[in-house]
Amino acid sequence: MAGISRDDVANLARLARIDMAPAELDHLASELGVILNAVARVQEVAGQDVPPTSHPLPLQNVYRKDEVIQSLTPEAALSAAPASEGQRFKVPKILGEEA
Amino acid sequence: MSLKYEDVIEKYEPVLGLEVHVELGTASKMFCGCNTIFGAEPNTQTCPVCLGLPGALPVVNEKAIEYTIMIGLALNCSIAPFSRFARKNYFYPDMPKNFQTSQYDEPICVNGFLDVEIDTDEGIKKFRVEIERVHMEEDTGKSLHMGGATGRIHGADYSLLDYNRAGIPLVEIVTKIVPGTGKYAPEVARAYVAELRDILRSLNVSDVKMEQGSLRCDANVSLRLIGSDVLGTRSETKNVNSLRSVERAVRGEMIRHAELLNKGERVVQETRHFQEDTGLTRSGRSKEQAEDYRYFPEPDLVPIVPDAIWIETLRAALPEKPSTHRKRLQEAWAVPDKEMASMINADVLEIVEETVNLGADPTKARGWWLGEIARIANEKEVAATDLPITPKDVAEIVALVATGALTDKLARQVIEAVIAGEGRPSEVIEKRGIKVVSDDGALMVAIEKAISAQPDVAEKVRGGNVPAAGALIGAVMKETKGQADAAKVRELLLKHLGQ
Ligand SMILES: [Zn+2]
Repeated sequence: MAGISRDDVANLARLARIDMAPAELDHLASELGVILNAVARVQEVAGQDVPPTSHPLPLQNVYRKDEVIQSLTPEAALSAAPASEGQRFKVPKILGEEA
Repeated sequence: MSLKYEDVIEKYEPVLGLEVHVELGTASKMFCGCNTIFGAEPNTQTCPVCLGLPGALPVVNEKAIEYTIMIGLALNCSIAPFSRFARKNYFYPDMPKNFQTSQYDEPICVNGFLDVEIDTDEGIKKFRVEIERVHMEEDTGKSLHMGGATGRIHGADYSLLDYNRAGIPLVEIVTKIVPGTGKYAPEVARAYVAELRDILRSLNVSDVKMEQGSLRCDANVSLRLIGSDVLGTRSETKNVNSLRSVERAVRGEMIRHAELLNKGERVVQETRHFQEDTGLTRSGRSKEQAEDYRYFPEPDLVPIVPDAIWIETLRAALPEKPSTHRKRLQEAWAVPDKEMASMINADVLEIVEETVNLGADPTKARGWWLGEIARIANEKEVAATDLPITPKDVAEIVALVATGALTDKLARQVIEAVIAGEGRPSEVIEKRGIKVVSDDGALMVAIEKAISAQPDVAEKVRGGNVPAAGALIGAVMKETKGQADAAKVRELLLKHLGQ
């Protein structure tokens, strides 16, 4: 397991929109490295013959029928929103990105 | 001074890539039971799952998987024996979960193709567009950008989100790069999207309305010097919401790239937004910095391992291919290639077929949709199929002309009135008092009047110059405001003048 570099942390911080001071980057690079190495030891348990899995249970093809159920009322849907306007969720302006 | 298209293709070879997103027509969303009605009041079709509330668990809509497999089969793809969903992580509020459930390296369908035909000066040309993958994902919510002048992100003060659309099943169909289209790249792009739309419609898996966004196309374009193996930098144009726009966007981007390259500048790798009004694109998000969506397998959903019997049952039930269907219609209607191509190009084939199915003669039905109705559509800059006139109206008009109750000229008036919202054909005829004047007495009055106004012409006709009668017939038609049956007028006039 390779370590995690200061640049990796800086990139992750950028992707996660977390503003980090240079000292924090140094600190986290070494700290995350230790954590990753600890977690990596789990992989030692699985041999070459164990395929990586995304699910702990041996399940597949779990489906629901295409049936409409009652949705939330707009009031309930918006009740946890920090702000709303015109029955819509209100969010701060989005900088420099367009989906 | 913008570069001419001819100059672009003389020097450069375009390379196309097309990504089409289609919203499936399921009753409920992809991972929850919320309704999927277009145009519902904001945030009336949401629940803890599609709002990404803590603890909510998604469950896959079986119908959506079935539809996706049908699409893959219709596009000659292999259906993956094992596929999985993945989280595509990004920070944009159109997904309340902060990720979109999508597929990454394990899509449901791979390696297909779609053959398209275009009508060119050199005859009908065929192109094979190879399909890289067909994968499942969910649609995003809709943002309104408030404040600022343009309704765009730049200059906006804040945004408002409606999550009705978030979680509607979305299928993404991605082509491999399409080389070798040369100067026909814009037409091939359009023909591909049109053919794909027709296939999706025949499968009945989506309402494929480009103007409502249930079918959306992103067009990737790059240029390389003719003879070179080096691919140019591509741009990705989004928001292309009509077939005509697909063609315009590709052509426009080819010209824009060529202008940059000719000046020795470089093409920036970015998304661009197509603008319907100008036909140009404007710069969007830069893709210079590799995107990092940190995809990982979705732990809340289990793998899809479609049963071989299910796949074969779906394959056996696939409808007739639109291309086969077209050939059948062409034969049944005895339509020449060029005429068939005009109907396809004007996108009226289906509506002509509906009109014929309602009893209209194929040639007449085609004539009205490609003629008067297309002319009005052009004037209004909309698609003929979007005008408020139905196949039933046209079939009714065709029938009235056939029985002699309307002349072609009167029929045109009725079509205009129907489109203007004056009601159905029978109502228009009633309200406007439109009727063919076939009463001999009334026609004779008009004929006498025409003869006395042009005695010299009448003399020529009497002397055996039958073609000269045209001027008199015209005068009678004008006098009766087009309501006379021209054949009847001709018969009475010639008889009256001893011919
Ligand atoms: Zn929901």
